[in-house]
Formats: sequence, structure tokens, C-alpha cells
Amino acid sequence: MMNSKYIFIAAATVFWMSSAWAQEPATPAMPEMDHSQMDHSDVQGRTSVAEDRMSGATKMGHGPVSESTPQVDHDMGSMDHGSMQGGSPPPDARDPHAYSGGYTLPPDRPLRMADEHNFGSLMIDRLERVRTRDNSSTVYDLQAWYGRTYDRVVLKAEGDVDDGKLQDAHTQMLWGHAISAYWDTQLGVRHDSGEEPSRTWLAFGVQGLAPYWFEMDITGYVGEHGRTALSIEAEYELLLTQKLILQPRVEANFFGKRDAERETGSGLSDLAAGVRLRYEIRRELAPYIGIERSSKFGGTADFVRAEGKQAKETRVVAGLRFWF
Amino acid sequence: MSTRRNFLTMPNLPRRRFLRGLAAGGVLMGLSPWLKPEWAHAADTATGSAPVLTGTEFDLTIAETPVNFTGTPRMATTINGSIPGPVLRWRQGDTVTLRVTNRLAVDTSIHWHGILLPFQMDGVPGISFPGIRPGETFTYRFRVVQSGTYWYHSHSGMQEQTGMYGAVIIDPPGKDPIHADREYVVQLSDWTDEHPMRVLSKLKMQSDYYNFNQPTTAEFFRDVSQDGVSAALAKRRMWNQMRMNPTDLADISAYSYTYLMNGVTPAGNWTGLFRPGEKVRLRFINSGAMTFFDVRIPGLKMTVVQADGQNVDPVTVDEIRLGVAETYDVIVTPKDDAYTIFAQSMDRTGHALGTLAVRAGMTAAVPAMDKPEPLTMGDMMGDMGGGTGGMDHSAAQGRASAAGGGTPGAAAHGGMAMDHSQHAIGGGMAMGAGTVRVRHAKSEYGPSVDMRVDTPRTNLDDPGIGLRNNGRRVLTYAELHTIGGPLDKRKAEREIELHLTGNMERYSWSFDGLEFGRSTPVHFRHGEQLRVILVNDTMMTHPMHMHGMWSELESPDGRFQVRKHTINVQPAQRVSFLVTADALGRWAWHCHLLLHMDAGMFREIVVA
Ligand SMILES: [Cu+2]
Repeated sequence: MMNSKYIFIAAATVFWMSSAWAQEPATPAMPEMDHSQMDHSDVQGRTSVAEDRMSGATKMGHGPVSESTPQVDHDMGSMDHGSMQGGSPPPDARDPHAYSGGYTLPPDRPLRMADEHNFGSLMIDRLERVRTRDNSSTVYDLQAWYGRTYDRVVLKAEGDVDDGKLQDAHTQMLWGHAISAYWDTQLGVRHDSGEEPSRTWLAFGVQGLAPYWFEMDITGYVGEHGRTALSIEAEYELLLTQKLILQPRVEANFFGKRDAERETGSGLSDLAAGVRLRYEIRRELAPYIGIERSSKFGGTADFVRAEGKQAKETRVVAGLRFWF
Repeated sequence: MSTRRNFLTMPNLPRRRFLRGLAAGGVLMGLSPWLKPEWAHAADTATGSAPVLTGTEFDLTIAETPVNFTGTPRMATTINGSIPGPVLRWRQGDTVTLRVTNRLAVDTSIHWHGILLPFQMDGVPGISFPGIRPGETFTYRFRVVQSGTYWYHSHSGMQEQTGMYGAVIIDPPGKDPIHADREYVVQLSDWTDEHPMRVLSKLKMQSDYYNFNQPTTAEFFRDVSQDGVSAALAKRRMWNQMRMNPTDLADISAYSYTYLMNGVTPAGNWTGLFRPGEKVRLRFINSGAMTFFDVRIPGLKMTVVQADGQNVDPVTVDEIRLGVAETYDVIVTPKDDAYTIFAQSMDRTGHALGTLAVRAGMTAAVPAMDKPEPLTMGDMMGDMGGGTGGMDHSAAQGRASAAGGGTPGAAAHGGMAMDHSQHAIGGGMAMGAGTVRVRHAKSEYGPSVDMRVDTPRTNLDDPGIGLRNNGRRVLTYAELHTIGGPLDKRKAEREIELHLTGNMERYSWSFDGLEFGRSTPVHFRHGEQLRVILVNDTMMTHPMHMHGMWSELESPDGRFQVRKHTINVQPAQRVSFLVTADALGRWAWHCHLLLHMDAGMFREIVVA
């Protein structure tokens, strides 16, 4: 059984790790490390791409001309290989305002480009009918945002409706702030409703795109009476064709403390791993079917079993993903 | 020179034919009941038949008028009711007066692209003038100091995307050194039925929204069966690690776009007539908002005689890539009955086309579109693509080829010949054109930038993605030489290095990682000779347009190459050009991809 302190540290660690990813200076799995190390396999990888192109070139009748080879050699000496993504500026990085000669844009400038406009989006990622062996319910999972490129208000809501009654709903209102090319930090509040009593948490997390295109959403929570929680969501999109997309998805929740009123134990409380196959009629509109394995663990599983329900179940889902 | 040839008027196509174009993805529409009453008096929008206006006084009216390019009626923003707007024919040395009246409900403007003029006449709202308010008439008046093929377009909002563009032809005083028996403007553009702002907001939500050429699992397994698992994985690893997409060739594809030639859809088949054996001058203008066009006329060689309005040493080629806002004049000598002018989009999702024919109504074979070519490592990493030290020769060769080294241009130097001396010069003296060490700006290390290139390539003989080794003779910048050399023979006193940056995932574009709203102007000291270095830290080609002054492109070894108003900077490429800061005032400098500009790849230049 995890205690709350442990959970809190775990949350903080994940948070820190994610921003480390975001910054990408030193995490071993990061691409730039591979670039700079230039290990053998990497060179081989490039060779294979190169071969592709060579075969094309040969077909055309003129071989690849090694136009820039001498320059590569030349450059090797003087060039230190920095990273291509993320990192922090070297001490001699240019001042982007160095050429301004003291001129600034007029403060009341009428010219505003889209970088100073607000945009918004509502994405209903899952609106699905869930069928298990002995029950069926409806689940929603949406995310909306409004604002600019690097700062926006984010609304996240998920929950399930069973027998026409809202069962378990988490609604979050967050401030999303970009910290690196692919990562936003999110800070705000979460409200749990549906089941009584409701709970309110402070939320802080990161959301973004990890290398290899994994969509990650990791949030730690601090509630009243020393309650803590952590949720981790990861998604991947596998394009079978341009419109047929297979999406594996994993979601896990941890709690620092047992919460008998809401029938959650401490530690890992539940884990859902599933795969959904969607067809994008349009980018914005995609029906899907899927299958998901949902498991409760520890104290949470005990609560579920005490009610005579299964702690582990397989769900068949069918739903719609759409956005504006 | 009192008689001016006026070949620009479109051939007299019978009305019937014109309507056939309409039926097949039409161009005209009657007034529909859904139109608001105030538009009821508006005439149909004329397309494919831009009138030619000559003289020194011009009246242009901007209005919203209906069009139908796809079968769905839409409102377009037009100049004098046509798409493209009228061809304006000026003469170098004249002072022209252009009264532009705004009949829209929103502000408008006209920018004279590539024309040297006082900055107050440049037509960029918020930079050079306040813009033209609804109901107002703004009078542009300036002396025309150059000749050649140019164009004009709105610089307000997304009006350029919705139809507000036209050609400018300036005749030189005296005899035109370029002889032709007849000539046509071939103005290429892209049309979307979607609201352009909606397009932008979609890209903000999903930047690959319009890309239906993404790497798929099926392809992966095909590669596995051909090359084995490790090769197939390796091919994808870099891209996936970096969260980059090798098929990111255009932000907007034919999924939304209809490509137009002189305002006519491919089905409408714009036609230019000729008599066999005549020398025909085609004035190609890329007025697309977001589309690079690769133009060829199967069966005809094109002799390029002008680039961005400036006469160049003639180069004979099969194909030309037109970056957005670029213009190229070519001479062709057609002998057969009909030829297709084929302009495929860089992402190979669609094309504009028209016909050169001896009689109206003729067509020639339409070539199949090329396969889209994925970006290479060289497009992501520049010269560094191959990695370090212990790389064997074959790998190096292959990699150089992937970086775009092996090009038809290079082949022209002697086919297979590995002309090492030449390449050594090109490579070694790349240092000549200013500082070669890349210096990224501090602001490039934040969320606005998704990649940086430390070792950009400087090769100008790369025709760019999709045109390398296609078996055709494709024009490259390395082959363009402006006749007469640079305007200002001085050496550069100062260097300005700026990086073209972006974050594809967030659909944000910038210089040095700073979008326009966070930027400060670039100050040019009046009269100074500057070297501008642009390093492309993105995987897209950006057509960079500096207003008010010429950009005189240098070769990798620092010699004058060609004078342009718009310079394509390819992925992971570094270009340098000289600018004579002789135009006092405030100027715009931006990527001419409309949405890149609007997303922030825009700077103000102050010459003072
Ligand atoms: Cu651009």
C-alpha cells in the first residue's frame, strides 16, 4: 500500500521527468543524444534511406553526385553538434532583438497577426457506449481549449452515465502553458462529482507529445485532508490507412490515501488498457469500435468485490470521436 | 513605343466553351437567392478573362462577388469583378495613379509585389499605411522605376486567398530585349471553398489536417518485406523520435484546394493561342496563397529569360518550381497543335492546367502527376545528415544524394562525373558568403521552435523536394544570373542572420522563434549595404519576401547570383543575399505562404 507521501513524491517525479522530456537536454532516450553519438545503427539507418534514394537516382540514369561530401568533412571539424530540439541556449546564443536598433513595434499597433488571436477547440475524444458482461453504460471524455498558442484555458471532462445517472465524473479547469516544443504544463482545479461526496483537487500536470508520437497526459492532484492522486494517460495512433486509425490507449489512476466514502483504496486503483479502431469520415468525425480491459487494484478492487462486482472486466466499446 | 502589343487579352473563347468549364467545376454563377440584397446589383465574377488596363491612371474597385469553382457557390474578394484582377500594364519611367475603392464591409489594401516605391505606397496596413476603410478610396501614386513581370495582391486579412490578386506588366522604355511574337500571363493560384480563417484554425488544432499522404502501417510492412525489419524501423526512427513527418510537403492540399490557371479550373482549361513557329512569352506568376507549383509543358523546352521581373541569362529547362509570389518569364516555340501547361502542386495532390493551342477547343495529353516524394534526412538536418567520422564512402554518397546534392543541376555539369574540384570549391568556399557558423537565437530554445539545424546546406543547385532526379531538367537558383550583375557593387558592411522557425505541431511560424507579436523591427541603416543570412530551421520551404528593396542572392561562394523579390529557402538550407538599404521607411518582410505569415513569420524592417 502506498502512502500519501509516496504518491506525492511519485507525482512530483513524474512531473519533473516530463518537464525534463519537455526540455530534452539529458534524458537518454532523447533523439539528439542519438544524433550526437551517431552510433553505428543510426548511420545504418540513414544508409538505408539513402539507398532508397540511390536506387531512384540510378533509375534516372545519373548516379548520386556527392555534392556536399567535402563540405560535410569540412564542417565536421568546426561544428559541435548541438541538439536539434529543445535544450537551453548556449551562452553565445544570439539576441533576437540585436538588430532592432532600439526600434519597437508601436504599442497601439493596428497590425495583429494570428499569433495574437485567440483560437479554440472542442474535442470529444470519446463518446462511447460501453458493454461489459453484465452492464452497459455511456462514457464521455472531452477536452476543450481556448486561447493562444502558448497559453490557453483547458477544460477536461470525463465521466460515465449508467442508468441515466451520472456515476463518476471528473471535470478539470486548467491553465495550459507551453514549456517546450511539445509539452504544456497544466495547472488548475479538478472536481469529482457523480458519486457522493464530491471532491475537489488542485491539479498540476503536463500534457504533450513524447518522442515516437506518444500522446501523454500526466497529472498530479492534491485534495483536502492530505489526499493526493495521480493520473496517467497515454495514447498512440497507428495509421492503418489514411483514414483508418488504430488507437491503443492506457489510463491509470493512483491515490495517496484510502477514501472509503468514494470507495477507492490507496496506491494503484485502476488501470484501463484498450484499443480503438476508428474511421475518419472527415478529420472531425470518426466513429469507432474497440475493446478495453479494465482492472481495479488493491483497496479499490476490494470495494468493488464487496459489492459483488468484478474487479477485472473486459469492455466492448463503440462510439464517436468528433471535434470542432 | 506608342503602339503597345496587347496579346494579353484572352483568346476569344466562344461562350459555349466557357460554360462547359462551368459545368465541369464552373467559374461563373448566376445570382442565387441566398445572396444578400446589396449584392443583387453585383455583376457575375469574371474569371479566366482578366481585362488588360493600360495607361497611367487606373480605377480599381474591391468588392465581394460570387464565384463557383467547385459546384458550391461562394463569395470571393475581387478587383473590378474578376479573378484574377485586371492585368495592369505600365511603362517604366511613367508615374502611375491607382485609385482603389473599397466596396467591402472590412478594410482592404493592395500591395504592389516586387515594385520599388515610396513606403507609403506599398500598401501594407499597419506598416506602410492605415489600410483602406470601407467606402474609402485610396490613391496610390508612384513613379515606375523598373520593368518586368510582377503582380499585386491584398495585404489585408485573407483576401489574397479569396481572389484578390492580379498581374502587373511593366514595359521597359525602348525596345524590350526579350523578343517574342506573342505573350500570355499565366497566373497560378489556389482556391478553397472553406473560409481561410477556418483553415487556419483547423491547422491550429491538427496541423496535418490536410495531409492524406501520411506514413501508414501498411507501408511499414511493405518496407519490412522489402528491406527487413531493422531497415524499415531505421527509416522511420529519426522522424518518429523527433515527432516530424516526412510527408509534410504542404499545409493545405487538394483536399481543400482547387488549383487555378488565370482563374480557371483544370476542367475549364484556360487556353492560349499561337501560330506554329511563333515565339511565345509566358509570364508565369505564382499567386497561390499556400501552394508551390511545379510547371512544365510536356513536349516543349522553356527558356527562362526573367526571374521576379529581372532579365536573366537564358536557361533552357523542362520544369520550373514557382515558389509562392515568384514570377518567371519563359520563351517557348510551340510547333505542334496543342500543348498542356501543367502545374502540379508540390505535394502532388492536385494541379492547375491550361493549353497552348493553334485553335480554341483543342487539348493535349495531360501528364500523370508525379508521386509525392518524402522529405529526406538532408531536409531535416542539412549537411550534417550523414553523421560523423567513420562513415564509409558509399554511405556518404547516398546521404549527400538524400540531402539533395545529386540534382539534375549537378548532373548538368557532366552527368555521372564526380566533379570533385568543383564541389570542393562549392563546399569549401561556402564560408565566403558571410559567417558560416550558425548562430541560433536565444528565443529558438523555447516552445515556438520544434527543430534547429546546426549545419545547414548552402547548395543552390538543389531544385527541392519532389524534383530531384526526376529525369527532367529542372531550374535551380544556381542557374539564374541576373543580366548586368548587382545594382550596388559595394561589399556588405554588416551581416544580419535570422532563422526561419516554426512549430509544426502548434502551427506557429516565426523568425528566430519570435512571432510577429513578440518581435522587434529589424533596423537597416539608410544607405548601407547589408548581407542577410537566412537559415531555415524547419522542414518546409519558405518563400521569403522583403518589401521595398531587392534581395540579391549570393552563390555559396559569395558571388552575385540573381536579383529577386522572393527567395525560396529550402528545408535545412542557408541562403545569403545582399540588400541595399536605400528605401527609407517601414517595410514588411515575411514568408509569402499566407498562413505562415499570418501565424507570425513576419517582421517589420525600419530603414532609417
Ligand atoms: Cu513559410
